[in-house]
Amino acid sequence: MQGNLRRHLATLEQATELSALQTCTEALRDHYGVAHLGYHWVSADGEQYGCGTYSIEWITRYVQNDYVRIDPVIIGCFQRFHPVDWKELDWSSKPAIAFRKEAIEAGVGNQGYSIPIRGPSGQFALFSLSHNATDEDWADFTETHRRDLILCAHSFNQKALEIEDKRRPEPVKPLSGREVDVLTYLAMGYSRGQVAQTLNLSEHTLRAYIESARFKLSASNTMHAIARAVSEGHIIMGGAARAAQGKWPGREAIEAAE
Amino acid sequence: MLRYLYGSQLDAYPKLSDTMFRDRAAQFRDRLKWDVAVDAQGYERDEYDACDPLYVIWQQPDGSHGGSMRFLPTTGPTMVNDHFSDLMDGDRVQSPHIWESTRFCLSCDSNSRVAAALVLGGIEIGRGFGITQCVGVFDARMVRIYRMIGASPDVLGSTGEGRAKISVGLWTFDPIDRMRVLLRAGVSSTVSEHWYARAFGSRPLKLQARAA
Repeated sequence: MQGNLRRHLATLEQATELSALQTCTEALRDHYGVAHLGYHWVSADGEQYGCGTYSIEWITRYVQNDYVRIDPVIIGCFQRFHPVDWKELDWSSKPAIAFRKEAIEAGVGNQGYSIPIRGPSGQFALFSLSHNATDEDWADFTETHRRDLILCAHSFNQKALEIEDKRRPEPVKPLSGREVDVLTYLAMGYSRGQVAQTLNLSEHTLRAYIESARFKLSASNTMHAIARAVSEGHIIMGGAARAAQGKWPGREAIEAAE
Repeated sequence: MLRYLYGSQLDAYPKLSDTMFRDRAAQFRDRLKWDVAVDAQGYERDEYDACDPLYVIWQQPDGSHGGSMRFLPTTGPTMVNDHFSDLMDGDRVQSPHIWESTRFCLSCDSNSRVAAALVLGGIEIGRGFGITQCVGVFDARMVRIYRMIGASPDVLGSTGEGRAKISVGLWTFDPIDRMRVLLRAGVSSTVSEHWYARAFGSRPLKLQARAA
């Protein structure tokens, strides 16, 4: 992941109001150099929330005409879990053809890519990018950035859920014992290989624990996860870590020196 | 052929869906003696079938079920996190890049090529959806099958002994595995990508090989 993207995700993480999410969509649009980028949430009771870079005229027309009912992106991504290239959707109905023409005229772009997210209690959200590009270039773009875009999508959704739900602040998800162990050793400067060996895990298993911890901490990468784990008190560094039970490489040598 | 179908799409394939849920009853209730619920129609279904999961299904030439497995993202409800967390000392595996795979099922007349084809389906959605790892629950009898098809998992935790041993496994996708599994399934790369494209509209990856 590029440094800039990490910075954008860190900014997103700091957001306390939905208006800050809007700023983040603009920053990410510029980062990826696409025509538009947006996050769109629909709750089970039909409540909508969105932010994105589309023109105000287009958004107004979309809402006034209730396009959420005919938009093939919404219809096609609802009940899906996987990232969807807009080309894969069904644009064959008459309303869909008219909608597509209008959208392109409004500058949305001729290509699009959406990541559906299904949240708690029937919440549904979409993270979408759109652009003017050839099929070939768009396929290159989405394939190159797929993993990072999935991460962005989930970061937006977690933040939106957190802000929406701030009367009942989401408790910091507790890290499991294994996750704490892994982050602690990584924070102590061990390589992944050393951590895996110390904890008697395969490197694949170690990776799953890191991924899981990273998600719980809403961290954009492993270093970020470690930093958050330390700052939120999930893991303790320094003397306390040395006093921790268990065997770690060089422990005897350090203890002997002390 | 391999079918990739969400729960909400099964209605369009009544024979495939009917035989899949019956084969699941035959495998999990009758053969493995798992404590699973089978309804009046003879279908083995659980709460996760109600979550509109993605099924990867091997469809026989006559349209019936040859084997299947079920996928859900770990960011939502999953069997591993809801019911088998104690096998992992209370850990929950949750990441947008890790999905859960459950109910790996083969019909009575299936063979190891079908099993390999199902694993291939898992690898294809991994490539196409940006998934790097899968978690799942498996029992002792599956160990041999996974080894046979070259898809042995890392074990995150286990309970029970011998044939009653149940484990949580972690599979990590590796491009090299794909070539091996293609061979075991007896399916060419092009055909596999064609099946994927039939379901999702485009191939899992634009290029066969891409510089890192």
